[in-house]
Amino acid sequence: MSNSEVSSASGTTTWKFEVDAIRADFPILSRKINGQELVYLDNAATTQKPRQVIKALTDYYEQTNANVHRGVHTLSIEATDGYELARTKVAKFINAPRAEEVIWTRNTSESLNLVASTWADANIREGDNIVISAMEHHSNIVPWQQLATKKNAELRYLAAGEDGLLDVLDIDSIIDSRTKIVAVTHMSNVLGTVNPVAMLAERVHAVGGVILVDAAQSVPHMPVDVQALDADFLCFSAHKMLGPTGIGVLYGKYDLLEAMPPYMFGGDMILEVTYEDATWNDLPYKFEAGTPNIADAIATGAAVDYLNELGMDNIWRHEQELTAYAMEQVLSLDNVKVLGPRDPSLRGGVISFIHDTIHPHDLGTALDQQGIAIRTGHHCAMPLIRSFDVVAAARASFYIYNTKSEVDALVNGISETEGYFSR
Amino acid sequence: MTGGISGLDEMNDLYEAIILDHYRSPRNTAPVETPDIDLEVNNPFCGDEFHIQLKVEDGSVSQVGITGRGCAISQASASLLAELVEGKSSDEVRVAVDSVRRLLKGEDLIEDERGILGDIEALAGVRKFPVRIKCALLSWVGLDDALKDHLKK
Repeated sequence: MSNSEVSSASGTTTWKFEVDAIRADFPILSRKINGQELVYLDNAATTQKPRQVIKALTDYYEQTNANVHRGVHTLSIEATDGYELARTKVAKFINAPRAEEVIWTRNTSESLNLVASTWADANIREGDNIVISAMEHHSNIVPWQQLATKKNAELRYLAAGEDGLLDVLDIDSIIDSRTKIVAVTHMSNVLGTVNPVAMLAERVHAVGGVILVDAAQSVPHMPVDVQALDADFLCFSAHKMLGPTGIGVLYGKYDLLEAMPPYMFGGDMILEVTYEDATWNDLPYKFEAGTPNIADAIATGAAVDYLNELGMDNIWRHEQELTAYAMEQVLSLDNVKVLGPRDPSLRGGVISFIHDTIHPHDLGTALDQQGIAIRTGHHCAMPLIRSFDVVAAARASFYIYNTKSEVDALVNGISETEGYFSR
Repeated sequence: MTGGISGLDEMNDLYEAIILDHYRSPRNTAPVETPDIDLEVNNPFCGDEFHIQLKVEDGSVSQVGITGRGCAISQASASLLAELVEGKSSDEVRVAVDSVRRLLKGEDLIEDERGILGDIEALAGVRKFPVRIKCALLSWVGLDDALKDHLKK
């Protein structure tokens, strides 16, 4: 069954998710890998791209290519319009009050580093503390470690329980009057856990701090509303949501961005330059030094259009259904342990697992031979992976084009691999 | 059990019987008391990690102990290393490390080298899976670096 059809409790509305039609939009899904049909289950690393996004790139380069914010000629005006329209689409997508609050970066990592290097560098002093969680990606750990060392500030961790949920019982002893920022993942790239960001925002706002949300794994998969979360900063990458690589987003509240020093210096980010000094351009350009990634911004707009067409509520529902099915199937294997919450409603479409006897890399190679792409390794979360007393895990992660029969292929592939290694 | 349909037979060169044997029954895993060389090596790409201990007496490796966690390839490779270095002079060990590097790069070995490596040649199957070469090299590279440091002392 590749299309999901569910009636609501009242039976009045029918929900339909046309996976076959979606799959037809993704050229790569008809590729064969090692002679087998591709089963792509590495979506938390990066997603595949639909024709519409690829076409946005080629259309731009074939019809519009010019530099933005500079010329008075037609192509430059069109390129600028396309670039700014994409920003507006992204702003609406996350319900940002103003388009100027959306800053294009290279990726989530750069967005995080930007905040660490500017807002945090300007606002964190000796004795202050920075709160992150034990389930962060390296990119939301290392910038804070560096900053804490530089400022003589304290880096504190919200622990992750054995159930894969954030331990918030003694939250008041962690988020205190010296907490300047809470930087936390919205959804763990390893455990799939969806964290209570709105609650954390409330806590840190109560002590006068700010919250930064690493939304790399949430924005592509669920409706995310920066106002509902009351997020001060929110970061994500286009390539994990059908868009191209090399472009990401930093959302920040206008007043915070306005007060922040620039991140990089150069063209486009200045208002006026004399031989002695310079003044900074308005938002968002203050943070976009140099010729930006115009083509990929425009293609990100096309990705947002594609997701809006499907509806983020529907996408989340599809993935929830697939995740529940996959949890059940994977857990039915005797030798497999799943990391993170057991309850599918507490997690997104990321399932990390450990096999009792087969190392993730051997499993990854064997599944690849069967055309199945999963991630293996430490998932850029070494401290978290080590806390489970292993050095690596295997991870299957889903997106809009995945089906239950692909989950079956994964489970069958694991069984085949067990057979191979027990010969 | 592993029919051609699943494509797993393509992995037979990678997971040769000798490799699986060393993976399941690694050699020389007992810790070495008062080791002369004691190092941890890890592969940041996959998280694999090994603890390598050697006792060097009169310029030769008199005792070796290797423990760790990793995939079949990295574990088997470490075990093959442990088997090889015992009783070898540090010069012989460094020559062997060089031979293993060349083997994994796909270079032709001369007859003498093949004689020294013996079972280790089974690692050559990794060449068809370039992403796994690092797994096979992990303990060898670590040992090579540690020996260099040791010889400087």
